[in-house]
Amino acid sequence: MSDALLAITLVWGFIFLYAIMASMDFGAGFWAMTYIKKEETNATKIANSYLSPTWEVTNTFVVGLVIAIYSLFPGAVFPIGVALIVPASLILVLLCIRSAFLVFSHSVDKYEKALTYISGLTGLIIPGLLISVLPITHLGFVEGMRGNEELNLFKLFTSPNEYAFVGFGVMSTLFLSSLLLSDYSKQADEMKAYKIYRRDAMITGPLMLVMALLVMLTLRNEANWIYQGMMKNSALLFISLIFFIISGIALYLPYFSKQEVKGMPRLAVIAIIIQYLIGSYVYGIAHLPYIIYPNVTILSGFTDPTSFRAVFATYIVGFAILVPGFYYFWSIFMKDQRRKFKRRQMSN
Amino acid sequence: MDHIQMARAMFGTNMAVHIIFATIGVGLPMMMLAAELMYQRTKDLQYVVMAKRWTKTLGVLLGVGIPTGTIAGVQLSLLWPGFMEVIGRVMALPFQIEIYAFMVEALFMSIYVYAAEKIKPWARIVSLFFVAFGALASAVLISNVHAFEGTPAGFRFENGEIVDVDPWAAFFNPSFLVTAGHTALTAYTTGAFVVASVAAYKMLKNKYGTAEFNFHQKALRLSIVLGLVFSFLTALNGHATTQHLYREQPEKLAAAEGLFETQDHAGLTLFGYTDREAQEVKYGIEFPWLLSFLSGNSFDTVVTGLNDFPEEYWPPLYVHILFNAMVMIGSGLIALALFALVWNKWLKKETYPKWILWLFVASGPLSVISIECGWIFACTGRQPWTIYRMLTTEDSVTSYENLGFLFTMFIIVYIILCVSVVFTLLYYFKRHSVMDDIYKAEQKGVRLFDSNS
Repeated sequence: MSDALLAITLVWGFIFLYAIMASMDFGAGFWAMTYIKKEETNATKIANSYLSPTWEVTNTFVVGLVIAIYSLFPGAVFPIGVALIVPASLILVLLCIRSAFLVFSHSVDKYEKALTYISGLTGLIIPGLLISVLPITHLGFVEGMRGNEELNLFKLFTSPNEYAFVGFGVMSTLFLSSLLLSDYSKQADEMKAYKIYRRDAMITGPLMLVMALLVMLTLRNEANWIYQGMMKNSALLFISLIFFIISGIALYLPYFSKQEVKGMPRLAVIAIIIQYLIGSYVYGIAHLPYIIYPNVTILSGFTDPTSFRAVFATYIVGFAILVPGFYYFWSIFMKDQRRKFKRRQMSN
Repeated sequence: MDHIQMARAMFGTNMAVHIIFATIGVGLPMMMLAAELMYQRTKDLQYVVMAKRWTKTLGVLLGVGIPTGTIAGVQLSLLWPGFMEVIGRVMALPFQIEIYAFMVEALFMSIYVYAAEKIKPWARIVSLFFVAFGALASAVLISNVHAFEGTPAGFRFENGEIVDVDPWAAFFNPSFLVTAGHTALTAYTTGAFVVASVAAYKMLKNKYGTAEFNFHQKALRLSIVLGLVFSFLTALNGHATTQHLYREQPEKLAAAEGLFETQDHAGLTLFGYTDREAQEVKYGIEFPWLLSFLSGNSFDTVVTGLNDFPEEYWPPLYVHILFNAMVMIGSGLIALALFALVWNKWLKKETYPKWILWLFVASGPLSVISIECGWIFACTGRQPWTIYRMLTTEDSVTSYENLGFLFTMFIIVYIILCVSVVFTLLYYFKRHSVMDDIYKAEQKGVRLFDSNS
């Protein structure tokens, strides 16, 4: 594998990880807002308790991702920076308010309601904006010569593909988060909340799939080059569909069986993450060699080889130190949360 | 405003807000660590209460520090893509490592807060040490990018292409140590005086001899000692930084001192403003020969004046005022802390007179102002370059021109954040008094730390 390919794999891996983490984070905010009136189900409490410790890591991940892009593909920074200045600034502003209020609401109980609405609304808007980055990179609307690039916003906002992606991003967020929350509330023995989130996942899942089909359909018209590329791996796309069906079965199980079954949300979560992994691999491979179609390729944007080696070495050292640390902390935290829920239930 | 100025104002506003929280975010962990160590020495539970309350404050301040830091990190590529292209090729390491430093800080902070009462004292101190270490490392690494902008190393331009890249030579550029050291020491100084400021204010509000008064006096004493040490070290380091300027960015030093003619036995001018037409500093107080001596340790040192540089390379002349403000506040803080220490240790006074306390109340905001002046001086003093003699600001800026709307949006967000962070701190500490915390600390088996932030 060439260095540039290794580098883009690393970046794409980060994007995938961030997408999963952020979907769960943002979606949890939305669900907390939706169920704020149904106090007896604990659905909002579950979602909020999931939210609070994750934001810091997710926030840092944004910066880590941006740093990965400009340190590995500095040649792409100028067009990306110009193309994304408006959407990225909007994302920053919303993210900033959301994170700040997450922190403040720990100290000021009056903020809790305001926070739920802020994180709920931003939880829906931010993913829509974030996923718009993809159509911006493949639709070819970044126009102009080197150093004078500009994003044609009119073309972007009249493109059906852009809207298909926004719909797909929002639905994926809701689907992934409801799926994860159903697993999380089952772990915490919150059966009322579990039922609600399982139902949500069963509704948003098929909607997500419809959006994914719309994405493919509009891609064929508007960015045929990437559609053709994806179709070369149609076997993989088919496998990803199988994993979607597996997770569907895991969720719908109680309906098929006469016995008392609760469904298997953990299996559904794993199957869906595999499905997304395959899907994003197929999209990512088809996107190559372009970072931004048709101006920037991974080779034209790639960094200096000496820098690449130095940066790559820091990644290896950094991850070797941090991953065990975070795993350890995460397990402490999850145990702590579960214990807290049990305690709260007993006192109720 | 043309769009370069707009971009500079936009990024400058972000930094102006961010550095307040970032600086205190580096300084406070040092104070927390000092309080925990004091507890180990004296076994006085009030020091644990102190550390706990500062931890809570830090947690709230991070609510602005982290988001504004996120904005800074992303906005660099949005507003200055030309600059980041060079940084990405040559100077990516500090940014990379900074992310890990931040993660280390976040991780150990969580361990310190979640598990404080479950782990042994030494483990608590170790985790706090890593919190402070992570915060300090982040500051040092980011300042290193700033150092690189002033004294670039590890690459060359050849026909507009970057060649001979050596990322580690860029990392260890000539002014790395002095610049990063300056950021670190001033952050510790600020941390100490911000604490002193709050403690002195609370002493003024409480009667002499009450438990609450004594608590705050302990905090004030601790911060006076640390404030003195770090402000004095800052002065020594500031001297070294100036000598670096003399050697590596002479026009910046000339602008800071308002020196137009190249000369030996050059004088140092305090106060006043630089008059471009008259080519002198008006209404200043001149100390003859001092500038030459400070720059090269000898009165014969020749200091280059602005007239030896083409005028388009001149930094803006108002940096003289910023430089002065920074130096004067720094010197004032040393004098104040030294006086208070002598008053307490050698004159054996039980407490401090009111006017000293009021001066300490002012010392926190003043040290923050000094930090702001220092950063604005350091960054505008480098103009018209983003990377000294390598890359101009004009070549760094984005080609996107309609920044006005985005700028307005960000300003509104900063106002909301700054107002709500103050409100949050006041609200929380009004409901969680010192006495409550001391009472809780004295009861066995009560959780002192909330499991959040």
